[in-house]
Amino acid sequence: MKPVANGSDLPVLLPIRLPALPASEFGDRLVAFFASRRAFVAIVVLAASSVAAAAAADAPMRPGIFETVLKWAPLIGTGFLFNLAISVASMMVGTLAGVLLGLGQISLLRPVRAISWVATQFFRNSPWLVLLFFAMFLLPFEIRIGGFVVSLPAWFKAIIGLALPVMANVAEIVRGGINSVPVGQWESAESLAFSRMQTLWRIILPQAVKRMIPPWMNLYAILTMATTLISVVGIQDAMTLTRGALVAEARTELYLPFYSLLLLYFFAYCYPIARLTQRLERRYAVKL
Amino acid sequence: MTHELGEPVVVIDRIEKRFGALVVLKDISLTVRRGECVCIIGPSGSGKSTLLRAINALVPVSKGSIKVDGIEVNDPDLDKLALRRKVGIVFQQYNLFPHRTALENVMMAPLHVLKQQKADVEERAKRLLAKVRLSEKQDTYPGELSGGQQQRVAIARSLAMSPTVMLFDEVTAALDPETKKEVLFAIRELAAEGMTCILVTHEMGFAAEVADHIYFTDGGMIVEHGPPGEFFKNARHERTRAFLDQVL
Repeated sequence: MKPVANGSDLPVLLPIRLPALPASEFGDRLVAFFASRRAFVAIVVLAASSVAAAAAADAPMRPGIFETVLKWAPLIGTGFLFNLAISVASMMVGTLAGVLLGLGQISLLRPVRAISWVATQFFRNSPWLVLLFFAMFLLPFEIRIGGFVVSLPAWFKAIIGLALPVMANVAEIVRGGINSVPVGQWESAESLAFSRMQTLWRIILPQAVKRMIPPWMNLYAILTMATTLISVVGIQDAMTLTRGALVAEARTELYLPFYSLLLLYFFAYCYPIARLTQRLERRYAVKL
Repeated sequence: MTHELGEPVVVIDRIEKRFGALVVLKDISLTVRRGECVCIIGPSGSGKSTLLRAINALVPVSKGSIKVDGIEVNDPDLDKLALRRKVGIVFQQYNLFPHRTALENVMMAPLHVLKQQKADVEERAKRLLAKVRLSEKQDTYPGELSGGQQQRVAIARSLAMSPTVMLFDEVTAALDPETKKEVLFAIRELAAEGMTCILVTHEMGFAAEVADHIYFTDGGMIVEHGPPGEFFKNARHERTRAFLDQVL
């Protein structure tokens, strides 16, 4: 296809006009802009205006772009809720396994320590998508427990697939949190005849958990965004539904508004988490 | 001090501690009797702290024997719980539990380790805080206490386990002169009541006043020891005299 310079009715092909600024000054402004808190407002405005701009360029016979987006928004919204459900389930499974793995790394038993370390390193340094495929195709579609046949649906396997990297990252957060508590705490607990388990449970973990919460929340936000990966392995999530809607509408001018809508869903959910994480980080940074 | 001394409580017999090729403690023997207050002095890196930590098995020794109230410490089958109920230790850096109040710090070990009744533990903890003159601070978190106050809570916390021997590891080294006094006062009272104490300290004046016996260590060995009057007036050893000239 030949690129159309002007007079195109496709918004995606219209040339972008940059303000006539010297290159360096423009760059500085751009950086300053994205560093500012106004970026949030701007992204919302940008998404909304892209919908409006596309609506303006719309042909008279078809329904307006804004209406079309509104029509599909609830369906894509349910898909998004499914993504959230997957993210919560993966986070729970990953956190549970990760805490065990993290504690395993500080075990007094050398084999436990070694296995935990290897597992953590392996799953932490693997691409999430590959781990997802790994879980999808290596887990059986049904398992036999005694006389019962339990089928493993795709969404279940996806939860496991996403929980694997979460587990490894949680393990590192737990290990790091525990190691951040001064050794003097272990020493004084030991000299007061606390057992190792008691020391961990009553003295070390209560102090360490505070420091684990911000990175844990950060990880959760990353996981939520990564749940769209499951669309690649054929699970109907928000991403799949967006694509389906676009295929059904078969109008190229809808691409930008539809994907903007999807981005908005995620942004509206993840951005508050990121702000809260920052606040907690600042608060816990001062106190021991 | 004027009280009667009882039978030997801590008997250290020719212990040695090595970290790889480095010898930290060499052929150290000393005996502490019930009610006695012993001070260990000496230059930094002479192994004083290691010696103290060896007594409650925080640092395992390589050779020799340490007996605390009949329990052999240098034993692979050592019952650490039994040993640590007998030995309290206070550290230079206080090491209070920052997520618990002063009172809770004192209560934790009797409550969770000795599994004593909560009401009894609380009553005793309050008495101990009163003893170190911190009753009004019982609900304060360690982060809001001064160094001297934290150190006194740490002393009360150790006493809550009703130990036979108290170890003090340079407990005033991190304190300013004012708050130092409060802590030394608490230790002096304890010694006067007949608590068996072993102190590692740089406070020569305090050592001279409170100790029944003084040990001078250098290079991981006991160079010289004796009652304070004799020790400070006529040190026999060249190294002891050089050290005392520097610090006095």
